[in-house]
Amino acid sequence: MEETKTTKARKPRKRKYESLEYAPSMIAKKCVWYGILIAMAIAFVAPIMFMFFGTFKTSQELARVPFDWLPDHWRLDNIKTLFTKLPFFLYLRNTLIIVFFNIVGSLVSNSLVAYGFSRIEWPGRDKVFILVIITMILPFQVVMVPLYLLFSKLKWIGTFLPLTLTCFFGNSFYIFLLRQFLVGIPQEISSAAKIDGSGEFRIFWQLTLPLCKPALATVGIFAFIRSWNDYIGPLIFLPDSKLFTLSLAISKLKSNLDPQWPLLMSAGTLMVLPVLLLFFVLQQYFIQGVTMSGIKG
Amino acid sequence: MAYRKKDLRNALLFISPWIVGFLAFTLYPILSSLYYSFCEYKVIKDPVWIGLANYINLFKDATYIDALQNTLYMLLIGVPVTTATAITVSILLNNKHLHHTGPFKVIFFLPTLIPTIVTCFLWIWMFDYNGIVNKCLRFFGIKGPSWLNSVMWAKPAFVFFMIWTIGNAVIIYLAGLQDIDENLYEAAAIDGAGFVRQTTTITIPLLRHTILFNVVTLIIGVFQWFAEPLIITEGGPANSTMFYSLYLYQNAFRYFKMGYASAMGWILLLISLTIILVLFRAMRFGESYGD
Repeated sequence: MEETKTTKARKPRKRKYESLEYAPSMIAKKCVWYGILIAMAIAFVAPIMFMFFGTFKTSQELARVPFDWLPDHWRLDNIKTLFTKLPFFLYLRNTLIIVFFNIVGSLVSNSLVAYGFSRIEWPGRDKVFILVIITMILPFQVVMVPLYLLFSKLKWIGTFLPLTLTCFFGNSFYIFLLRQFLVGIPQEISSAAKIDGSGEFRIFWQLTLPLCKPALATVGIFAFIRSWNDYIGPLIFLPDSKLFTLSLAISKLKSNLDPQWPLLMSAGTLMVLPVLLLFFVLQQYFIQGVTMSGIKG
Repeated sequence: MAYRKKDLRNALLFISPWIVGFLAFTLYPILSSLYYSFCEYKVIKDPVWIGLANYINLFKDATYIDALQNTLYMLLIGVPVTTATAITVSILLNNKHLHHTGPFKVIFFLPTLIPTIVTCFLWIWMFDYNGIVNKCLRFFGIKGPSWLNSVMWAKPAFVFFMIWTIGNAVIIYLAGLQDIDENLYEAAAIDGAGFVRQTTTITIPLLRHTILFNVVTLIIGVFQWFAEPLIITEGGPANSTMFYSLYLYQNAFRYFKMGYASAMGWILLLISLTIILVLFRAMRFGESYGD
């Protein structure tokens, strides 16, 4: 009863506060804030829009002064040229092979490893886990040269192996993400199953993994985006043009003296489209993954 | 304690992929990189021990000094500008008086989804002398520079690149902002503190862990930057966009000086570790004052 009393007593004050929302000074402030946001948002989204509309433009239209946002005609010539001039499907296939093994490898290896670092008690576990975190901040450039030399000794250069097989051996960032998630699942679930005589792997496979679906989705999406967008890996490890990925193939499009902007814009749009689609469908997992990466600070 | 032994065995089995990966693709490369850094190693011939010669030559190498200076420029100008932009955007998005920030959050995140190669081409196209950026500037009566061909303006074009990809940082800042107690702002408002005062005395101090994390990520990113300058400018004009990792990459894969590149890699590793340790110390130091 007393609680209702106090809320009643506060009510008039609160109403006054809410009316501030519509006070002229607040409206002015809101206009300024929204103004800044809108101006920045336009600047941020403009390059993507240029690219999207550029897909349907000719070189002349792209260079025109004053600039037009929309193309004169919604022509698909650029995309047609792209498919006829380039072995686009070969590059797509190459990229998809790498993406597929990245997703599978990341899911399988990192869920196992993260389980070992979170659901089983063993001496020295947390110390070893610090090692995982340290490797997360290790610059790739330090290991890039020896890795290249190692892979060339193994005759892996010019095959997909450096970009696919390596995914099956854990990635510190994904291990970290999954471990964060696994730690949050009550330990009692596993203990109960252990008393029933279930083995560790069965607990992992039948009990824990189904509970991890959101975190696994995040890892899968990250693995997809990273391998789909990757440029450095293919650049170093795939010198053979038959094995080019989309990223690498697009970079070679420009090499001629003629920049071929309309073709580049179309290729860019085609490459971005699946990622954007995935983003709009699975937005929450993207945000979750990025947010979790920030927790370690 | 037999039970424990079984646990250890199981755990080691579970983490065995990581153990193999760590040994083969992390520890072995790091150690061999350390060894190569003391060698002359041109791929075709076996490595030859030359002691500290690579390290000494690096600091006599004018291009290396350029690369260090350019990287320093990005650290001193690019990182603060990018961080300030990201925090401003996040605070605006978190403003409880603004109710329609959802679409804005999406827009600020979108650039992080664009493949590097695509962004790089957009940058070349936009920052061309006759490009869209200068067309916009002309609209305001400003005659824009030939960005990517100018020693002075090429680096700012890269700063814009950094700013454009703040999406991840913004999401992390927003998570940090949501952890700050609303009551603090109400108390401050009653005491008569305005928006700016609230931001500098409440938001920024309480957000410092998040800021630290994002700044460290940015700094590491700057040191590792090479695909972008490689595609956009190849380090030019006159080495004005020759950044640290780009020069490392060129030494390794253009001049095939693997030993020299390894020495650069080790200096990079030591610099990054030092910066991270110093920043974390600074954070610990701040913590002793209590929140």
